[in-house]
Amino acid sequence: MLTAEQKQELEAKLQAYVGRETGPPSVGPDLVNEPMIRHWCEAMGDENPVYLDPAAAKESLHGGLVAPPTMLQAWIMRGMPMAELPGDGDDRQLQLHQLLTESGYPSVVATNCEQEYTRYLVPGDQVTARTMVESISEEKATALGVGYFIDTRTTFTDQDGRDVGWMTFRVLKFRPHEQPKPAEEGVPAAAAAPRRLRAPLGHDNAWWWEGIDRGELLIQECKACGALRHPPRPMCGECQSLEWKGRVSAGAGTVYSWVVLHHPPIPGYEFPLAVALIELDEGTRLVANVAGCAPSEVHIGQRVQARIENVDEELKLPMFYPVG
Amino acid sequence: MTITLKDRTAIAGIGQTEFSKNSGRSELQLAAEAVKAALDDAGLTPADVDGMTTFTLDTNDEIEVARAVGIGDLKFFSRVPHGGGAAIGVMLQAVMAVATGVAETVVVYRAFNERSGRRYSVGIAEGIVTPDLIHWSWYLPFGLLTPASWVAMFTQRYMHEYGCKPTDLAQVAVSTRRHAVDNPNAFFHGKTLSLEEHQASRWIVEPLRLFDCCQESDGGCACIVTTPERARDLRHPPALIRGVAQAAGRDQENMTSFYRPSISHLPEMDLVAEQMWAMSGLSHRDVDAAIIYDAFTPIVLWQLESFGFCERGEAKDFVKDGALEVDGHLPCNTHGGQLSEAYIHGMNGVNEGVRLIRGTSVNQPEKNDHVLVTAGVGVPTSAMILGKA
Repeated sequence: MLTAEQKQELEAKLQAYVGRETGPPSVGPDLVNEPMIRHWCEAMGDENPVYLDPAAAKESLHGGLVAPPTMLQAWIMRGMPMAELPGDGDDRQLQLHQLLTESGYPSVVATNCEQEYTRYLVPGDQVTARTMVESISEEKATALGVGYFIDTRTTFTDQDGRDVGWMTFRVLKFRPHEQPKPAEEGVPAAAAAPRRLRAPLGHDNAWWWEGIDRGELLIQECKACGALRHPPRPMCGECQSLEWKGRVSAGAGTVYSWVVLHHPPIPGYEFPLAVALIELDEGTRLVANVAGCAPSEVHIGQRVQARIENVDEELKLPMFYPVG
Repeated sequence: MTITLKDRTAIAGIGQTEFSKNSGRSELQLAAEAVKAALDDAGLTPADVDGMTTFTLDTNDEIEVARAVGIGDLKFFSRVPHGGGAAIGVMLQAVMAVATGVAETVVVYRAFNERSGRRYSVGIAEGIVTPDLIHWSWYLPFGLLTPASWVAMFTQRYMHEYGCKPTDLAQVAVSTRRHAVDNPNAFFHGKTLSLEEHQASRWIVEPLRLFDCCQESDGGCACIVTTPERARDLRHPPALIRGVAQAAGRDQENMTSFYRPSISHLPEMDLVAEQMWAMSGLSHRDVDAAIIYDAFTPIVLWQLESFGFCERGEAKDFVKDGALEVDGHLPCNTHGGQLSEAYIHGMNGVNEGVRLIRGTSVNQPEKNDHVLVTAGVGVPTSAMILGKA
């Protein structure tokens, strides 16, 4: 995490890139040509004859073969070297990404791309591209993590310097919320599947959840007067004693009240979801889910038994099953 | 020395913004507009104000609102916690300040972009409402995250114990909607609701359907509390505050008091009623109209029982045959309530209570000597009774 001063310094450096070209113009290594068009169309499953059949293309309004407009960027890509070489020292886009990586925003994901085409490219055309950093956002909190949106704009021209199209591209360079393993540059971090919300833990409740993790459903019991209480509190409301212990419940109980959640849906929970207020045979009540029957079968007075189960790879919860 | 608060203060002005789903401006601006409107209504200037009070949940600091409106020196400012339960709690703050001479003219306000900004209906997953995380830890992993889900848990048990039917809840929604139809400020202005339409609406949290739940709204409300002597010289007839009280009950939790021997009534609201009747020397028989906090339909039933309009478990019968409508036994939520006018955290109800005393409600009952106004349910809560001077 950066201090306010460090962040200010970083943002000043970032803004210095705005409005600048990312490097010298990229000139397409190959002229627009029929073999590359054919390979692209095969890969895309595009059978449009104006790209593939010279005779049909001649009869069309184009008067001859044309390249698919969406190939625009393909004509200036450097192929495998792009993946293998670290890039030119004067590639400012790479410098910009490195600056963010070093500042604690290691991941990158492409979020938007827009293209517009001025004319169809035909075999023999040579494409040149110039890319400019158009804008860099303020720090934004997103579902993936906290980071900066970088917008670039690339203009494409032909051998005569005339416009053939443009492209805007937006990436998010970010610090993921949770990093199970270090994210790699250039690899979009997969969004973690949503899970149930965790109980925030503190002095007064962590011991109960540790019990659940061991497979025990606990009830707080006052050591002085024996009163049971749930949810736990640090002091006994009956006798004001601070001494207590966790007593293991048998987990048998009765549905005292219940609801079925329909709306709004909450990521990580399967709806409709039955939530019940269970009165344990020991006398305390707790809120938990009822499993093992349809939500519509839950009813007041229903006998239930707790089983402590994993609801995902980490979280254990007491789930109550109908008995009898 | 005991100071009685009975008839020591009056509401001299009320103001509000329009209510909408997207105000298009800041919460501070809504607050400033509502406060200015209340001052104009009273015929006072910002310089007359020397006290301010609002909800802890309000994002507009008293001093920010004071600067924005041009209010000068402040001798009193305070806040009340627990969501909608604060709606009359803030009135009690103002009343105590004025009755004790700490301040002479107190502005009470509440303003938010609750629909276009942070929506309460999405629940505590968004990290709003309260920093009391350990409390919520008992509900988060099980999915009990929203106000509707907490109220639904009490509702199911109440319906079971007293044989209350879904159509009894619908009755509250339908009666309240009839009032909104006539109110140009209401979201549901001109839009009727039938019992069948209520029953056909989608589930939110069983046993609550969509039309059992209130609006989500952007808007602001404010009112001016001052001495009766001062109020008498101002633009409108004052609404005297005849009794006002606040209470939290034993074994109270914020919205989740599931662990009391009985969860099918409201001990804190019983205590509010007891104190308020004692202070005012009045009883439910003196109430000509009521503004009963209606974030959800069932909470209206429980409050009718707490304030003694009917016996415990009998509210379902009390609300039948249009009893809550303007020409009924107890005209209730004549503005359309939070169910059908707007959800401004109960403060639009305070303004309607004052209009009822003035005789200017769009659904004005003939008799209007005393009006009950209540606040939030399931939380530490509050209520007041207004009277004609």
